[in-house]
Amino acid sequence: MSDLLANDLITPDAGEAPLLAQADVSILKAVPVTRLSYRGREGSLKAAGKAFGVALPVQPLSNSTAPKRAALWMGPDEWTLLAPEEELNAVFEAIEKGLGDTPHALVDVSHRSLAVIVSGAKAEWLLNTGIFIDLSLEAFPVGTVTRTIFHKAPVMLWRTGPDTFVVESWVSFMDYVSGLLVQVGQELAAA
Amino acid sequence: MLLVYCPYCDVERAETEFACRGEAHIARPADPTQVSDEDWVNYLYMRTNTKGVYAERWRHIHGCGRFFNAVRDTVSDRFLKFYKAGETMPDLEAIAKEAGK
Ligand SMILES: [Zn+2]
Repeated sequence: MSDLLANDLITPDAGEAPLLAQADVSILKAVPVTRLSYRGREGSLKAAGKAFGVALPVQPLSNSTAPKRAALWMGPDEWTLLAPEEELNAVFEAIEKGLGDTPHALVDVSHRSLAVIVSGAKAEWLLNTGIFIDLSLEAFPVGTVTRTIFHKAPVMLWRTGPDTFVVESWVSFMDYVSGLLVQVGQELAAA
Repeated sequence: MLLVYCPYCDVERAETEFACRGEAHIARPADPTQVSDEDWVNYLYMRTNTKGVYAERWRHIHGCGRFFNAVRDTVSDRFLKFYKAGETMPDLEAIAKEAGK
């Protein structure tokens, strides 16, 4: 089960029943987290990373993590910052204080999206039923994070382990995304 | 489906992640109040509608969100070059020649 702990922030919500629990793939709802959208130019990154607690990665599609912190590259001037739900105010204020007058944008988007953890030997296969990306470990190694399209819904995909992915989508799309994943996953069991 | 390369993400992705936004390198007049109606119409609407090799804008809308430019052969739909927004337009004739057009 340790593999299901996607990382120390995106963990299965113990109060929620698994959406899918099969030997080869499971889909679990993740606990709520603090999500911040950070936008800024190169000159602001050092101070932002220092205040947040982990450096903001500059390599495309990468992530950097520290205990209870994760910074995800979304674009050349855009990052998603993750922290425990209860640390929202502390983290937000620390970054604003650390940056002072440096131009940047920091927005709380915690409630904009939901995350599910897709895990198991068939996780890669399951996601590829709706995502047109080569998800082999060579092309999409552990730590890769990207926005993409799942069927018709925009999602964020983050590989946290060889067989574990975090799939995030906007709240109103999550029924569609997780519903399709569950439906296709169940066909595995029927096969 | 077309495969499009994003120079910001440094990956090739399916066309569904992108939006094509028409001809590239069309500069907005610096002072619109000084532009005649005819020139404004030309800026807004008139495009070369090239049959062959031309430069167009693309946006990685379901990825990093960035605009960039691509050189595409409108006859074969084949992409010949991708480059970041703000970079100068490459020599289209040379690219066409190299591609055997
Ligand atoms: Zn991109």
